[in-house]
Amino acid sequence: MVDVAVLPADSAAAFKRAQQGKSYWRRVWERLRDDKVTLAVIGVLVMLLIMVVFAPWFTMHDPYTGSVLRRLKPVGTPGHWLGTDEVGRDLWARMVFGGRLSLLAGVMPVFLALLIGGFLGVAAGYVGGLVNSAIMRLTDVLYAFPSILLAIAITGILGSGLQNTILALTISFIPPIIRISESVTTQVRHLDFVEAARASGAGPLTIMRYHILNNMLGPILVYATSLISVCIILAAGLSFLGLGVTPPSAEWGLMLNNLRQALWVSPLVAALPGVMIFITSMCFNLMSDGLRQAMDVRL
Amino acid sequence: MSVAKDAALLVGAPRSNVRGKPGRIGTDEVIGQTRPLLAVENLTKHFALKGGLLNRTKAVVQAVDDVSFNVQTGETLGIVGESGCGKSTTARLLMHLIPPDIGSIVFDGLVVGAADGGLSHRDLHRQMQMVFQESYASLNPRLPVAMSIAFGPFVHGLAKPAALKRAMKLLEAVGLDPILFANRYPHELSGGQRQRINIARALALEPRIVILDEAVSALDKSVEAQVLNLLVDLKAQFDLTYVFISHDLNVVRYISDRVMVMYLGKVAEIGPVEHLYRDPQHPYTQALLSAMPSMDPRRRTLKAPLAGDPPNPISPPSGCRFRTRCPFAEAVCETAPPALMAPPGEELRAVACHMRVPGSGHSRAATVVSA
Repeated sequence: MVDVAVLPADSAAAFKRAQQGKSYWRRVWERLRDDKVTLAVIGVLVMLLIMVVFAPWFTMHDPYTGSVLRRLKPVGTPGHWLGTDEVGRDLWARMVFGGRLSLLAGVMPVFLALLIGGFLGVAAGYVGGLVNSAIMRLTDVLYAFPSILLAIAITGILGSGLQNTILALTISFIPPIIRISESVTTQVRHLDFVEAARASGAGPLTIMRYHILNNMLGPILVYATSLISVCIILAAGLSFLGLGVTPPSAEWGLMLNNLRQALWVSPLVAALPGVMIFITSMCFNLMSDGLRQAMDVRL
Repeated sequence: MSVAKDAALLVGAPRSNVRGKPGRIGTDEVIGQTRPLLAVENLTKHFALKGGLLNRTKAVVQAVDDVSFNVQTGETLGIVGESGCGKSTTARLLMHLIPPDIGSIVFDGLVVGAADGGLSHRDLHRQMQMVFQESYASLNPRLPVAMSIAFGPFVHGLAKPAALKRAMKLLEAVGLDPILFANRYPHELSGGQRQRINIARALALEPRIVILDEAVSALDKSVEAQVLNLLVDLKAQFDLTYVFISHDLNVVRYISDRVMVMYLGKVAEIGPVEHLYRDPQHPYTQALLSAMPSMDPRRRTLKAPLAGDPPNPISPPSGCRFRTRCPFAEAVCETAPPALMAPPGEELRAVACHMRVPGSGHSRAATVVSA
């Protein structure tokens, strides 16, 4: 057996420090802490999330009961501070409850696509050869359709509803995620450190877990957060077209569609769901930019 | 926890068991020499260049062709040659990072990858490690360097804290303060520091043989010297055997006990370093050595020892591969590839040249004793 160098007295302390050492994510967090815009944006998103999850606590009105007498009240009406919609339902209540479906339809497809697409992309990139060709050519087929067209086609076939919207959007987001994770994996797998990991006797799964995934996660997370805003808009678009959530459900896209007719009567009220979509997707975009900067270790 | 305990935690066969395994070939005494630590025979790797609509094989690159050599326990074998001569491919074949087409690798009497009782690739990796040329690319940019070093032992079953502890000791051994360096990322280190980390990583599995593939070539001259000295120290400290691949003849002369010269995927000459540098037998070795920059301005190289580039390994010349650039090429060189044989009177060396084989048909074969 080979003897390793003599252990000095302070090496135990060094060992302790190494274990408590700053991980990559901790460094990302430290960099993020200094980025006020991104922090503010994340704050807004967290508030939005809280508001949506605890929706009943934020409004006294029921989002589904309207009143013929109180239709299309303007912003600032006593009792309805954001006014009412075309059937007299409180707009604030509908905004808060509508956020539930909108955020779900915005985040869920991206999350699912991240799982499925990420797995397929890493598999294609790491295994290469025939597996790569099969996965990537199938991806190209899906890529041939613009994502909104693909989503419309799928919901058109499956019918409207929240589940189908999520399914359709998931399918339309899988190709870009496959492509990104495949390209990152392909880049990384030919680097010497993967060879060195193989040379230390590690199997493919261990290498993916410790060497590929942590190099892939940064770019893919940044991309995914930017997809969320696209997804919210697409989901709203599907609802607007009548292919997504069906009335009387509260959903920002659907609300925008319904209030369209009232645009001349009460323009501010009619625009409000759009403002919410705008703010949310804007926040996700800014967060994605901030994350991109914080995650680049070489800066 | 003691070092011995750390090592005992590693799963897989400890060294003492490897020796007793069945499936070993050869005896301990081979013609007056001890059994080599590493015996490579007829190692061949041809890469198929595919292309076209049906992905047909268009051409074959003969990267490594019928290469045989031994490495004795405790020695440093230098491998030199121009770029593209198959040095790195040989290294990768030895590490089994790419599978060979033909040929066998016998490690300490055990056939690597043999189905019954040979040495598995996983066990081989515990005994043989490699340092790569590019210090940055060979470290994961997302892992602190201590984690990179600890990865090998961790993969082989050592618990993470114990593996990290070993990494700390190795950092110490390669001359980097663990307190300062353990948690750094590769981009926070200089090239020399990174290469030290790579060396520590290679040593983490306590291998007996380390392949250094151009390990110091990318470093500054002063840093290169430091790392070379470190390698020499580590070799003594850990009882290592080196296969040292380089294109730098001075460095190879400094560190090697024996040198193997490769040309276009074949071994041109192999022998003890001082014999080979003092009296090169193969015309290619002669040309290579005369291309070494002289430190003495009065003895500067006046004319280029060799013209042109090596031929394409896709369709290497028939017979002797060096004949297209050899000043002594004759008809026999075109027809028959020269075998790697010991020249008359020199048992320790081997040369693949018709001129060194009496009766080969080359006009200089009988007359030339030494160029």
